[in-house]
Amino acid sequence: MNIMPYVIRGLATGGQFALVAIGYTMVYGILKLINFAHGDMFMVSGIMLIYMAGSTGAMPIFASIIIMVILTVILGYLIEKCAYAPLRTAPRMSSMISAIGVSYLLQNLVSYITGGLSKQYPEIPGLSTSVRFLGVKDKLSVFVSPVVAIVLMVVLVLVINHTKFGMSMRAVSKDFETSQLMGIKINRVISITFAIGAFLAAVGSLLYFSKNTGINHLAGSTPGIKAFIAAVVGGIGSIPGAVVGALIIGLVESLAKAFGLADFSDVISFALLIIILVFKPTGIFGEKVIDKV
Amino acid sequence: MKILTKKSMCNLALVIVLLIVLVCIELFAPATSMWFSVLRKVFTFSLAAVSMNLLNGFTGLFSLGQAGFMLLGAYTYAVLTIPTDLRHTVFRNYGDSIFNFQLPLVIALICAGIVAAFFAYLIGLPVLRLKSDYLAIATLGFAEIARGLVQLQQFGPVTNGPDPINNFTAPKNILVYAAIAGVCILIIIMLIDSTYGRAFKAIRDDEIAAEAMGINLAHHKRLSFVTSSFFCGIAGAMLAMCNTSVSSVSFTSSMTYQILLVVVIGGIGSVSGSLIAAFIYYASSEWWLKFLDLETFTAAGTKIPLLGPGFRMVVFSVLIMIIVLFFRSGIMGTREIDVYGFFCKLAGKGKAKKAQEGGAN
Repeated sequence: MNIMPYVIRGLATGGQFALVAIGYTMVYGILKLINFAHGDMFMVSGIMLIYMAGSTGAMPIFASIIIMVILTVILGYLIEKCAYAPLRTAPRMSSMISAIGVSYLLQNLVSYITGGLSKQYPEIPGLSTSVRFLGVKDKLSVFVSPVVAIVLMVVLVLVINHTKFGMSMRAVSKDFETSQLMGIKINRVISITFAIGAFLAAVGSLLYFSKNTGINHLAGSTPGIKAFIAAVVGGIGSIPGAVVGALIIGLVESLAKAFGLADFSDVISFALLIIILVFKPTGIFGEKVIDKV
Repeated sequence: MKILTKKSMCNLALVIVLLIVLVCIELFAPATSMWFSVLRKVFTFSLAAVSMNLLNGFTGLFSLGQAGFMLLGAYTYAVLTIPTDLRHTVFRNYGDSIFNFQLPLVIALICAGIVAAFFAYLIGLPVLRLKSDYLAIATLGFAEIARGLVQLQQFGPVTNGPDPINNFTAPKNILVYAAIAGVCILIIIMLIDSTYGRAFKAIRDDEIAAEAMGINLAHHKRLSFVTSSFFCGIAGAMLAMCNTSVSSVSFTSSMTYQILLVVVIGGIGSVSGSLIAAFIYYASSEWWLKFLDLETFTAAGTKIPLLGPGFRMVVFSVLIMIIVLFFRSGIMGTREIDVYGFFCKLAGKGKAKKAQEGGAN
């Protein structure tokens, strides 16, 4: 059996999950919040493109992609401002519940607008063309996804490690209050973090949905949960960890399909999550946290 | 300790009044009334919410595995109560069911709880060592695994694979639901008021301090987790009765989120809050807000804007966000219903004693 197509497809899915997973991991790193609404933001960005460039809209595809990315970033910013910023001093459970509420709201809103039907994702020229590489013939988006994910990860890591803004981000994630005392505008740092997460989710949705036939209001929950597992497996809070975790999840699921365990693929990735949590609760790249009394 | 204080007498009176109202509804309401379907759901989810509250609100373990335990309970109940002569039609795609008997309702309910509790014990061995968020994720993962496994073809003779199970015993009488939920919630309240309950609250408030006071953390966490799952399993069985059909697709994580929202709206750490919230939540989402889903026309013939299919859920989720953001402690906070205190206040006697945390019932 030729295993190569499965490996490549697995890495592709992994790359797309990675873009979403980075959003989860960055928000968690800074706010210690599981942003349950992230997967739904991913879905909303897909729906926005459909309404602008799909059968219902008439805008040129590239213009609508740019507008879609901008709108998603604004959405990410607004979600943070409306739903998480007021709860900054509240117990962590409150903001988690608020995240669940936002996710519920986005799903219901989209379901109201689309009427609960699944919509056809527009054909994106370039991404949907078939190419042959390493003896595997598939859509271009399949080959591009892991590369895009890794390139964006490297850029992000460089920004975080070598710029002034990156330094303030690291400071905020280390200690909220002290960094505020040092003159860092934490609200701005948090807003930009959400904006970056939203941007990556928009790019991810472009790659992820271009291979899917139709999307509806629940389309974000599976990739959202998978990306989230990936972030935890890699070590939540660590950006390279999120990418590695996502590639592992993508590969494992794809290989499960290759060996005729397609029904088990979800079960396997959740089992992987629980195994990782039990043996290394902070994930592959996670740091050990010590609770002080 | 006096058991029948004025406070508990008053609360008992409230329960009796509600019970009489319930009997009246069952006897006199027209058969098509929304009361029946709504109340069945309310009782089911109030049990689910109270059992989640036991874990999240009273023990401080943030678990999101409720849908998984409800699924186990629902399947167990459904599989065990199909009449023997109907089994081969339900399981027609898989030859026959491996069970060839039908259990009475109460025993099947207890079995549903035991199966859920057994799996909770197994899953609890590794995951209860995890802290807050990680525990939530791991239990969420467990629920998804359970949902994935149940619909596998390989388990067909037991779970009917991906096909729904139906034809099992499903009483229609709302008093049956009230009785099941009532007994279970009473047991939970008794547990919360016992020394175990106080140990749970100590763990919630400060794990390290509780351990220093000699509370066995692992033992109490496991006890709370297993008990909560037991009642979740029973709630799952009630949901099966409500829907008269069981299918794994309905036990998604959004069901867990729903229960969590009920707990939050009622107040994390308040049993009576969960009950009130369950009623408000399901009555408004299934009944009172239904008009928002209909395209309504004014007398002049113009269509009222925005109303249409799906609008109800949008309004509903906006309301939930408002509660989460601005009324963070929910309806009851950590207090309990206290009829006596309420009347004292009303009569202007002043000094109405604040309900002691969790001790009002």
